[in-house]
Amino acid sequence: MLHVVTTQWLSAGPTVLAAFLASLVEFVEALTIILAVGSVRGWRDAIGGAAAASAILLLLILVLGSALSQIPLHIVQIVVGALLLLFGLRWLRKAILRSAGVIPLHDEAEAFAKERQAIQKFGKVRGFDRVAFGASFQITMLEGTEVVFIVIAVGAGGTGFLVPAGIGALAAFVLVILLGVTIHKPLSAVPENTLKFIVGILLSAFGCFWFGEGLNISWPGSDLSILALLLGFLIASRVGVWLCRRQKRWVSATASN
Amino acid sequence: MKIIKTISTEIFGLFIDDGSLAIAIVIWLAGAGIVIPHLIISPLFKGVILFIGLAVIPVESAIRRARR
Repeated sequence: MLHVVTTQWLSAGPTVLAAFLASLVEFVEALTIILAVGSVRGWRDAIGGAAAASAILLLLILVLGSALSQIPLHIVQIVVGALLLLFGLRWLRKAILRSAGVIPLHDEAEAFAKERQAIQKFGKVRGFDRVAFGASFQITMLEGTEVVFIVIAVGAGGTGFLVPAGIGALAAFVLVILLGVTIHKPLSAVPENTLKFIVGILLSAFGCFWFGEGLNISWPGSDLSILALLLGFLIASRVGVWLCRRQKRWVSATASN
Repeated sequence: MKIIKTISTEIFGLFIDDGSLAIAIVIWLAGAGIVIPHLIISPLFKGVILFIGLAVIPVESAIRRARR
């Protein structure tokens, strides 16, 4: 009994963690813009835009979730696995480059200042503020679509994984809302690149696992091999950071000579 | 209409921002999808083969970017 519970937790754990961390990154980015819009143009329509987009996204999850159940599982696993790999390996590559100092880190405080400046250009209005509503709606739709994809992708590849993925995303949503209400400024202290690094590794491991399952590869230890894949992608990406740093130093040294 | 276009571009960008990385991943997956089911080796090695390509692709792409 204990073994079954432990195995189930180990299987669901990475799913919850992947959905939580990936959603956290996206929600933090959306919060930055909504805070900028709300602080300049007022909170009512900024929150209204975000709420309207959230309702559409919820509908999207329900429609896509039920549509996926009609498709044979191995086809879902191949398609979702491939999309997760395109998504996760892209994040991983970017995180490697940022960790190695090849490209700059993302700065939430800078994004907040830029958005405030951009939104101040529009004149204030009485009543319904189309600019505030539209800006909040757009950013929530953009970042929220990524969250919907992540939840469905990490949850749809296996039976019973959709609920843990949804719980992970919901926990991230609640945490960001609480932090936003409490702190009332962009969450620039969140180590975004570290999160993206972890998320890239998690999504790549899930993508590799689901794609393999779709090809009928019987992974040793079943779902537990996700943990081995996580370790594998972690080692590969750390080696990647080391090699990129070396490459960058070599390019700098060659350019200065 | 503009919002739909922006969101569609953003969704496309979720998966592809570096063309050569995306092409390498798709080629590796297509190759693995064709070859791996026919290999008469243990499932562990099938998984390892799939993993190795996927681990090397982003690292090689990052090194190529760092070289610029």
